[in-house]
Amino acid sequence: MQFGIFSVGDITPDPTTGRVPTDGERIAAMTSYALKAEEVGLDVFATGQHHNPPFISSAPTTHLAYIAAQTQRLQLSTATTLITTTDPVRIAEDYAFLQHLSGGRVDLMMGRGNTGPVYPWFGKDIRQGVPLAIENYHLLRRLWREEVVDWQGKFRTPLQGFTATPRPLDGTPPFVWHGSIRSTEIAEQAAYYGDGFFHNNIFWNIEHTAQMVGLYRRRFEHYGHGSADQAVVGLGGQAFIAGSEAEAKRTFRPYFDVAPVYGHGPSLEEFSRMTPLTVGTPEMVIERTLGFADAVGDYQRQLFLIDHAGLPQEVVLEQIEILGRDVVPVLRREFEARRPAHVPSDPPTHASMVAQGPDAPHHLVAPARGAAVGAPA
Amino acid sequence: MTRRIVVLTAGLSQPSSTRLLADRLADAVVTQVSARGEAATVEVVELRELAHDLATTMTTGGMPTPAVEAARELVSGADALVAVTPVFAASYSGLFKMFVDVLDPEAVAGTPVLVAATAGTARHQLVLDHALRPLFAYLRAAVVPTGVFAATDDFGGAGSGELGERITRAAGELATAVVAAVVVGLGSDPASGRAGTRVGQDVTDFEDLLAGLGQ
Repeated sequence: MQFGIFSVGDITPDPTTGRVPTDGERIAAMTSYALKAEEVGLDVFATGQHHNPPFISSAPTTHLAYIAAQTQRLQLSTATTLITTTDPVRIAEDYAFLQHLSGGRVDLMMGRGNTGPVYPWFGKDIRQGVPLAIENYHLLRRLWREEVVDWQGKFRTPLQGFTATPRPLDGTPPFVWHGSIRSTEIAEQAAYYGDGFFHNNIFWNIEHTAQMVGLYRRRFEHYGHGSADQAVVGLGGQAFIAGSEAEAKRTFRPYFDVAPVYGHGPSLEEFSRMTPLTVGTPEMVIERTLGFADAVGDYQRQLFLIDHAGLPQEVVLEQIEILGRDVVPVLRREFEARRPAHVPSDPPTHASMVAQGPDAPHHLVAPARGAAVGAPA
Repeated sequence: MTRRIVVLTAGLSQPSSTRLLADRLADAVVTQVSARGEAATVEVVELRELAHDLATTMTTGGMPTPAVEAARELVSGADALVAVTPVFAASYSGLFKMFVDVLDPEAVAGTPVLVAATAGTARHQLVLDHALRPLFAYLRAAVVPTGVFAATDDFGGAGSGELGERITRAAGELATAVVAAVVVGLGSDPASGRAGTRVGQDVTDFEDLLAGLGQ
């Protein structure tokens, strides 16, 4: 099972000091979190993609390539890649390039974004959000899997005799997750292609998460990729960890109470009941996270949001250290102990997909259609 | 058969004249449904009790609390709705609107609704037709022709009998609409709204989503 951290790349003032990091400081801090994640034995670092303040994460492949150059093992991912407003040709090129630079340590999570005006800023219509996600992703699959692409669609200028370069590393496109909170069409999309489904549950109750994952699992089986419990599932989560619950709450509460995404609403205690937020000891975070598997079944990737609410860099680094030292080793053991033998522990990696050979379903544009690859006649 | 009447009441004081009016309307609706040969149950959603939960739902990106979820289920499962709000600043109260804002857009589509409001004086009575009717028109509810407005004076003194007549007339209209509605499970069901509290499990097949797009 893979454990890691994800950052949306927000600039949030530290409410206890009023200090606002500069864009450069925030980028450097995110980089340091990724390096720390590898150092303490975590598996994944994922960055968001945003095109408006207070976020700085507008150039994910530039950032991930910089991190790749300073790490050996860390899997680099996104949370999320805007499949609606980013040209699929650019996604195909950028992430294939990143595959080569990082030695295949790349996967992506597709998302539709959380800021309405991004659509018009990039010349798109938000009412077409789901069709954009569907058409663009299908084109992306073809660009990675077919040497020469002739294509015409609703949203992008047509392509004639186009070849996306560089070709994917070892002829093997990156594994893709689809992230969605509420849209069942996206769970269906992930199931159709046999891709991963990530439910970023940090603002949702586990009952809702379980329904979304359940839908994806059922449809994954329907499309013939394996049994429902073999579907590839990832979850979010967020925590603030200290030696005692009282200490964790004392430290985190001033941040929680005024944070743009948490503050001025329910209390820390109420929010912790409603969502995965756990403010307490490593044991509490372990127990809470293990409980996710009771709700959604044994899953393959757990990403924690750690650099939230304007926490200063040294505190976040310490949190990652605690995660790697006191939380994740126990989670690895406990999750493996409960996992049935036929349920994969890890999501597909570059090495595992290369090992399956060029005839594996991963190399088909639409595996659910079987051999009928690409555009129907 | 038994029809489910759900009453939304947004009064803030205890006791409130809004609740007083809501109870009279509910009793009248039950009487009128009985007069048409059917039974009716009444469930009251006292919105004051949901005030904190609604604020929590608003500040957590729309994640409903269990109490909000229960109220949404109740409203979307209703055969008819009686909606009663005090008039605040030329409209329904903010609390009333907050609840409507967390409903699924399809929650009361086709559902017969009786709109009612209370205020200190009769000067506010156009709120029924200028605020409540457009709101429920947006939700595609079937608002009955008679709305009931009660100013403080309507609860006693000369002419207060007219309030009772309006209540009876409105309740009769709602009862007629409810009894005329097709029974759930026996053909089309105009009164079954969507609560939006559960993830729909009937998905469109992905090939249908792809159809018509560039492949």
